[in-house]
Amino acid sequence: MFTQNSKMEEELTPHSDPSGKLPARDPGTAATTGGTAPIGGVFEAISRGESFVTETHEELAAEDPVVGIEDFDLHYGATQALFGVSMCVPRGKVTALIGPSGCGKSTLLRSVNRMNDLIDGVQTDGKMTLNGDSIYGRKVDVIELRKRIGMVFQKPNPFPMSIYENVIYSLRIDGVRDKNLLDEVCELSLKGAGLWDEVKDRLNSNALRMSGGQQQRLCIARAIAAEPEVLLLDEPCSALDPIATGKIEDLIDQLRGHYSILMVTHNMQQASRTSDYTAFMYLGRLVEYGPTGEIFMQPKLRETEDYVTGRFG
Amino acid sequence: MSLTLEQSPPASPPAPPAPPRRKRRTSALDTGGAMVWATAGSLSMCLVAIVGLLLLCFFKGSTTFWPQPIHEFELTDGTQVMGEVTRDELFTTEDGRELRRRLVRVGNYEFTGEHFRWITDDQIASESNPEWALMVERRQALERTQAGPFYGTPKALEVDGEAVATQPEEIWKRFNELHGESVDRQLERQDLEKHDVGATNRLSEEARIALREVELRHGVDSPEWAAQEVEYKKVVEDATRRYELVRARIDHLNEENARVRLIMQAADGQEQSTPLADVVRAVPANQLSFAQSVGVYFSRWWEFLSDEPREANSAGGVFPAIFGTIAMTLIMTIMVVPFGVLAALYMKEYAKQGFLISAVRIAVNNLAGVPSIVFGVFGLGFFCYFLGVSIDELFFQANAPNPTFGKGGILWASLTLALLTLPVVIVATEEALAAVPNSMREGSYACGATKWQTIRRIVLPRALPGIMTGVILAISRGAGEVAPLMLVGAVKLAPELPVDGVFPYVHAQRSFMHLGFHIYDLGFQSQNSEAAKPMVFTTTLLLIAIIVLLNVVAIRVRSRLRARFSTSHI
Repeated sequence: MFTQNSKMEEELTPHSDPSGKLPARDPGTAATTGGTAPIGGVFEAISRGESFVTETHEELAAEDPVVGIEDFDLHYGATQALFGVSMCVPRGKVTALIGPSGCGKSTLLRSVNRMNDLIDGVQTDGKMTLNGDSIYGRKVDVIELRKRIGMVFQKPNPFPMSIYENVIYSLRIDGVRDKNLLDEVCELSLKGAGLWDEVKDRLNSNALRMSGGQQQRLCIARAIAAEPEVLLLDEPCSALDPIATGKIEDLIDQLRGHYSILMVTHNMQQASRTSDYTAFMYLGRLVEYGPTGEIFMQPKLRETEDYVTGRFG
Repeated sequence: MSLTLEQSPPASPPAPPAPPRRKRRTSALDTGGAMVWATAGSLSMCLVAIVGLLLLCFFKGSTTFWPQPIHEFELTDGTQVMGEVTRDELFTTEDGRELRRRLVRVGNYEFTGEHFRWITDDQIASESNPEWALMVERRQALERTQAGPFYGTPKALEVDGEAVATQPEEIWKRFNELHGESVDRQLERQDLEKHDVGATNRLSEEARIALREVELRHGVDSPEWAAQEVEYKKVVEDATRRYELVRARIDHLNEENARVRLIMQAADGQEQSTPLADVVRAVPANQLSFAQSVGVYFSRWWEFLSDEPREANSAGGVFPAIFGTIAMTLIMTIMVVPFGVLAALYMKEYAKQGFLISAVRIAVNNLAGVPSIVFGVFGLGFFCYFLGVSIDELFFQANAPNPTFGKGGILWASLTLALLTLPVVIVATEEALAAVPNSMREGSYACGATKWQTIRRIVLPRALPGIMTGVILAISRGAGEVAPLMLVGAVKLAPELPVDGVFPYVHAQRSFMHLGFHIYDLGFQSQNSEAAKPMVFTTTLLLIAIIVLLNVVAIRVRSRLRARFSTSHI
């Protein structure tokens, strides 16, 4: 996986602009890296279905990937949702997936812990690895795989049980009975999710009675209780008000370094505030992937710039 | 107004005329007034129907046991009649007069040959409520004479054939002193007959079956059989000896009880002698104070709830029917809920949704519409005649030709009703499962839970209130069902309860009494239908009360579960 990335970097390097300023390039310059020269820009090339190679910045080559994705395709029945996506999720960093609705961000995220398996008629192609272990291999135990990955959903989905039971759910299903261990994990996870002070006196009350923002932080606590190797956040703030959103963003900031986070967001300010790396997706393709600062300030493709500056999407 | 406007000069250059605004109309029907009336009217109709039914059952059912005054009529033909007025109505005679007629419960069947008698007002010479008119409710326990009510005045109280009291007050006083003892002796006798005599009978019956088993296994000529026969004879001898002892005690009690007798005189002067032990209660109805009336009322209710029926079910209690109804409903619930929930779980959570599952779903829904008697026929054919007979052939061969499981019984009735209510539970459970948000399932899977862990820990607890709704519906349907029970085990009179103190304590093969069937039997199969009529309402009231009770318990459970899983945010 890593070698593949470096290979792509090598291909890309001659075309990246050392001056840092975006030149007014001919449309389609970026796509020439793929060998074919689409006329009329990357988006037109994509909508024509032409093959296309992601503009991946060289900074990523230095990162240690937790999740490696290589030429990943996904079909919902007859519809193809992901086209040859290749990227790595760096260890200990926050990576944001941005792009217009329906571009496949969530699909890609849900492919990492194979949540898409739950949908009928999903077919995948290509490789995906978690710390070097295949995710889509034939002998992979999906349950074991998911135990290594934490996930937080768009809408807070605490389980209909107490706060305590919610946090230690992953330990419960593993059959852990040691009360001291459970208490300890519960406290650490709630502290990790910045929720401990708010709920420590009512751990046995129903989780469904918490506010939306608290519920979402509880879901994060639940996800980190299992010590995941990677944490997937699927638009974690889209159902929350600005204050709750702020708290979640602060939390993501604190989790940086301890956890490798891959998050989907619709909110570009959020991506620019919270993430180290940003990947821009469009119509099922990964268009450009690089350090957040570069993606937002000096992207290599004009299409990315158009998107992050709000000219479309 | 408009004219002046048109004439006034325009202040500014005329704006291009606005296109005429499309007129929007709302029909009278859509504004809602009519629909409010229609919907509210429908609801009111439903309420009136339901409340009317409940009120009828309540009033008719709850007044049955209130002691009514006893009237004595002297008719124009010189005869005297005494009894309770049960109906009072006006009718038009052939010559066009409006006349009042009353239906009088006259009792005294051994003399009159009728239970009730219509008396029109023009037949009556005089009417009175004698102070010492007494209504005696009799049972046939000690003497196989006539049971049923006797209306008359007390004539004497005899002990050993000698009158110890002849004045009504004195008789009434002595009667109350002696009645308790007699009833106690009567109850002791009943107990001995039921348990001790029953036990000796059971001993010899078990020994006979053991002998028969040996015979079936080894043959009549084998030494095993000979040995068993010796054993059998020993047991029978022993049982006979014990029976003699019990019998002697019973005879003694009977003799004691036969000594004390109440002599009553009917209105027409005929005398009737009843042993005190056969008197359930005597009610001097015309001199009761309100408190005494309440006492009689509740003593009758208590008898109704706790005792066994007498006089072909038209009097006495319905305890075996209450027991049978509740036991059958509980067994049914225990049977139907796991099966229904598991089936629904497979259909909703595991099975691939497609044509096959849709077909199954339609079939299950249709099953709910099959007439219940069809289930009865199926239950009789499958459970009783196939399963039951197979069980008999395998395990109860020695009892043959008497069927053990190969006939109607509470187990088969419960299973039949479980089958009948299965669609209700399946449909309700499926809906409850569908109402569990998918996000919760996904959250669980994302934590690395397996499908079953997700179902057990997340889906089922969340769906439980909805499942309970299905259970409530199933209980209501099952407890009120009668038609299939007639075929698979409900009987007019069951001598023994399905649960008793005799090993193995639960006798699932026994036939049982059921309140619904009891109502049918009282209302349509009774020889004395006029006497049974008030009991129909009382039994109906009781059945409704029991179903409400079962439902209230289930609803309480459900609301507790709801409180546990209620969402307040998002």
